[in-house]
Amino acid sequence: MENLTEKEQKNLKNEKVTINIDGSDYEVNKGLTVLEAARSVNIEIPSLCYLKDVNEIGSCRVCVVEIDGTRNLQASCVYPVREGLKIKTNTERVRRARKTAVTLLLANHHRECTTCIKNLNCELQNVSDNLGIRNIPFTGEMKDYGLHNNNPAIQRDYNKCINCRRCEAICRKIQECNVYSALNRGLDTIIAPAFQKDLADVSCIMCGQCVIACPTGSLTDKEYIDDVWEVIKDPNKHVVVQTAPSIQVTIGELFGMPIGSFVAGKLVTSLKRMGFDKVFATDVTADLTIMEEGSELIERITKHPDSLPLLSSCCPGWVKFAEHFYPEFLPNLSTTKSPHEMCGALTKTWYAKKYNIDPKDIVNVGIMPCTAKKYEAQRPEMVSDGFRNVDYVLTTRELGRMIRQIGLDFANLPDSEYDEPFDQYSGAGMIFGATGGVLEAAVRTAHKLITGKEAKVPDFNDARGQSGLKYGEVTLGDKNIKIAIAHGTGNAKKALEMYKSGEKKFDYMEVMACPGGCVGGGGQPILGGKDHKYISLSYRHNRADTLYNIERGKNIRNSYENQRIKEIYKEFLKKPLSDISKEYLHTSFISRSKTPYMKSDK
Amino acid sequence: MKYAPLKSINDLNKVKNQTLKSIEMRLTDVEKEIDKYHILVCAGTGCTSSKSNVVRNRLIQELKKRGLSDKVKVFKTGCFGFCKLGPIIVIHPDHTFYCKVDPEDVDEIIDKHISKGKVVEKLLYRSPKDNMLKKRMDEMDFFNHQKRIALRNCGVIDPEDINEYIAMDGYKALANILTENKNPEDIIEEVKKSGLRGRGGGGFPTGKKWEYAKSYENDKKFVLCNADEGDPGAFMDRSILEGDPHSVIEAMIIAGYSINAQQGYIYVRAEYPIAVDRLEIAIKQAKESGLLGENILGSSFSFNLDLRLGAGAFVCGEETALIHSVMGLRGEPHPRPPFPAEAGLWEKPTLNNNVETYANIPIILNKGSDWYSNIGTEDSSGTKVFALAGQINNTGLIEVPMGTSLKTIVYDIGGGINDNKEFKAVQTGGPSGGCIPKSLINTKIDFKSLTDIGSMMGSGGMIVMDETDCMVDIARFYLEFAQDESCGKCTPCRVGTKKLLEILEKITKGKGSMKDLEILKNLCYDIKDSSLCGLGQTAPNPILSTLHYFEDEYISHIKDEKCPAGVCNDLLKVVISDEKCVACGICARVCPVNAITGETKKPPYKIHQDVCIKCGACIPKCPVDAIYKR
Repeated sequence: MENLTEKEQKNLKNEKVTINIDGSDYEVNKGLTVLEAARSVNIEIPSLCYLKDVNEIGSCRVCVVEIDGTRNLQASCVYPVREGLKIKTNTERVRRARKTAVTLLLANHHRECTTCIKNLNCELQNVSDNLGIRNIPFTGEMKDYGLHNNNPAIQRDYNKCINCRRCEAICRKIQECNVYSALNRGLDTIIAPAFQKDLADVSCIMCGQCVIACPTGSLTDKEYIDDVWEVIKDPNKHVVVQTAPSIQVTIGELFGMPIGSFVAGKLVTSLKRMGFDKVFATDVTADLTIMEEGSELIERITKHPDSLPLLSSCCPGWVKFAEHFYPEFLPNLSTTKSPHEMCGALTKTWYAKKYNIDPKDIVNVGIMPCTAKKYEAQRPEMVSDGFRNVDYVLTTRELGRMIRQIGLDFANLPDSEYDEPFDQYSGAGMIFGATGGVLEAAVRTAHKLITGKEAKVPDFNDARGQSGLKYGEVTLGDKNIKIAIAHGTGNAKKALEMYKSGEKKFDYMEVMACPGGCVGGGGQPILGGKDHKYISLSYRHNRADTLYNIERGKNIRNSYENQRIKEIYKEFLKKPLSDISKEYLHTSFISRSKTPYMKSDK
Repeated sequence: MKYAPLKSINDLNKVKNQTLKSIEMRLTDVEKEIDKYHILVCAGTGCTSSKSNVVRNRLIQELKKRGLSDKVKVFKTGCFGFCKLGPIIVIHPDHTFYCKVDPEDVDEIIDKHISKGKVVEKLLYRSPKDNMLKKRMDEMDFFNHQKRIALRNCGVIDPEDINEYIAMDGYKALANILTENKNPEDIIEEVKKSGLRGRGGGGFPTGKKWEYAKSYENDKKFVLCNADEGDPGAFMDRSILEGDPHSVIEAMIIAGYSINAQQGYIYVRAEYPIAVDRLEIAIKQAKESGLLGENILGSSFSFNLDLRLGAGAFVCGEETALIHSVMGLRGEPHPRPPFPAEAGLWEKPTLNNNVETYANIPIILNKGSDWYSNIGTEDSSGTKVFALAGQINNTGLIEVPMGTSLKTIVYDIGGGINDNKEFKAVQTGGPSGGCIPKSLINTKIDFKSLTDIGSMMGSGGMIVMDETDCMVDIARFYLEFAQDESCGKCTPCRVGTKKLLEILEKITKGKGSMKDLEILKNLCYDIKDSSLCGLGQTAPNPILSTLHYFEDEYISHIKDEKCPAGVCNDLLKVVISDEKCVACGICARVCPVNAITGETKKPPYKIHQDVCIKCGACIPKCPVDAIYKR
């Protein structure tokens, strides 16, 4: 994220240079590459390996242009503009080289477009179409590495990999998990985890940012659509579905609606029409998470200040990151389960009893913005009274596919309401979907619990926005609490390193593994295909803005005011951090190594 | 041996004069009778692999046994270049050149040469030209057309003794610079004026490179030496490092002084264990002598040097990939700009030169840029070292002035083609270069002329080919190499070179079409034009140059399904001449697949082509040479 801000600052200086593209002069910002400059003046240069601010390595050679004074064609995505630069973007020579590059990629790409998950949303397909490639004259060896999917969340089809290395870059530079690197040489080069292990055997946190970054169908979420249809059609099963807060502002994109459209009502309608027995909002249990985590915060501040800083733990990618890379911080992780798992736990216990349903017949399906949630749902800890809290997790994209499968015109669906008892939620629960939201919500509640009064300024503007790592201070009663917010695990790493070195201390930190928080989650819609040039980290703002705007209009903005939460405590849990709460709503963590495969090899 | 730290130019001169006295007999024709001998044993990789180390140890042992250790001293030395004749030893003061010395010959050498002053004739070189024995190097054609500048100390000094390097004016250039507190601009100007161009292949003017590296100010800057020699069969840099490591070290210190860098790295292949060893010894001795490290020769200038071993990836010879590898990353190039001079190692300004380039620097500064620029051609001054190989009589390492014709190299130095076969082409520039046909044998080699005829200087590989070499197969060989060594980063090189290789394989199997030839050509141009680094940009050159000069051979493979040179196995038949066959039946007994049938004493025998695997086992066994490939 540092890259992003540095670059933006560079552009903010607003130094201009004049360059000539295809015979016309343009004034563009200094510090841009030729590709960015051309796109800024609406000249399209095709690209594949380029991912704004993440992967700028000039490896696919699709964005080549002629630059005056250079002998060979240059990759425009890495060539800096300078005063007087003369560029040609559409000569015969350029068109030919681009076509050859894509043709070569296709010659080694298993072209199963019609049955590929990325069909119609594939950048390779799109660029091939734009360049008018109709014929692959090359025959010969095509590598066959097969599908690797021995993990619950992400599948890797090397046969569709075009070695753009966007997955490697986002994993290394943004997430700093360093899962992927290039192995072998020549045509045998593949981008894979060490020793070509499955993602389950390395320090992968299952965040799915590589899936978002992948321009083809090489990295995709592991689909559970058929399993879900199977339980829906079973009359003996009581199938409940829960939707995470961020889904309501992102799923519209899959049906042509603008980025940031708020579609909670249509979402509920679509799920009901699919045949789910009950449609719940995970936002409700987000309020519950706040009650528990807020109480934990107070307890640590007032009774065990040595156990500070408190680190949020509702993000399963971040939890796994801490388990792999910072096991020394595991005692600092909040033991509160994520809202998703709380919803699962409560449906199999309190809800089952209240509505007199045998918990063995209840199936809880989560619609999550996240691939790591698929993994979280299968963690051994996530079981209540012998029943798995959440049975299946579908990403936003998978739900979109299911909606298309039954032919719903999503954009024109009427609105419906969520079902009791997980229907009403506060604004605090809702903003869980954006970075900073959890911390903001927890602080609001902690303030109330400590002082008995509402927080004076309910909007902690400090917490919002897309800067990767933010620090601030809040007053809780007579105490000043230092807070930190990180999104993108690379930023969490930075914060923890600075904490360890004493450079920057904090008492409470929220971490979301994905840049932007859940709105930028690894299970969210991919702006691929024709929108490829907008792919960067910045579109995630718009999704978050909608969450905050809707939240601002809500009557109830604090978790402790939520009527449903009061009911749950009254009927079942008694009070936050009670024994029952600890039994069902709290969890534990495992120390894992950075190289788990070394262990499994023994 | 422990070396005392040298604190000034006077200290250095003292060492020089002392050592010079002891090695004088190697350098001049000593008139007066002296009762002392120096035996120099080549300790380069080539001679070492043919047991020159055993010869040396045996010499030392036997001399000791006979009480001659004080009278006769045995030294290691660098490559003489005439590698075909290894192991080579030279005995001074009479400069006798013995070749193919076996450990068994040691007794005779001592008894005859040392004790009686008589030459051991059976170990002398016999010139194929006049069938005469040659005693001294200056009597041999192989050496007479050469001019050894970069290799000036190879075969003359012991590379494991810094004092011998000092005796040959070593560290003089550095000492002068430090003593006179010379202006870096003046040094760079001198290098520029010499016209020295990068010897690694690109031929970029060295002085200009130093100037760029100097122009970027930074708190840290680096000097790099590219010793990742990767061309198949090339060993110019290896020989310099093995025979004269201090020339490179001195040049790097001077480069550091000139661009204001205090740290250098030599990136050398781990497959060069002897070179690595010599470099380690040289660095240690230079440090002991106060010529490397803090406050060199008592001045305020400090410079440190470390080795970095490469794992032998060809692409790591590309400077940005080399930089990645030095930093411990995967050896992959990155796009330029920014150039290493601006942002190289750890994003700091970095100057990177090749071994041979560095080896020229001290002597240029000692003798002056005018002296150097008068050697060679206007386009390319100085000399160039080549590794001469292939179907030629004298293979080995040679150094010739730029502008020497290919003909001189092939026929005078190289002694012509093996077995009087017909010369066909010279391949220069390794996998990045091309093939020069017979019609251009009078080409005077320098950077420009080689590029003009579709090849390139490269780092100095030179392979001579004759009528038995198939040019399509040669192209296939180089593409196989390029594909194998491609780092896999950019599309044209990763996939494109594989597709080139596959088309060539099709053609060599007789399965190609004229359409394939067109696809091949077009793909070559696109790969050249759009690859990320030099490896990809030049990988198609072997195809383009053979297509240009030997298109008929490609067409024979395609249209006639014949390999004119008789190399491509799939297009060949092994046949028995009806007239010559005596029906002895030996061939049938040798054949591993029972493809040959016939009746004893009733010629001819017959090879069943559908069974024959073309292994050729029968050919040498036929007593009447009746079996051949066609």
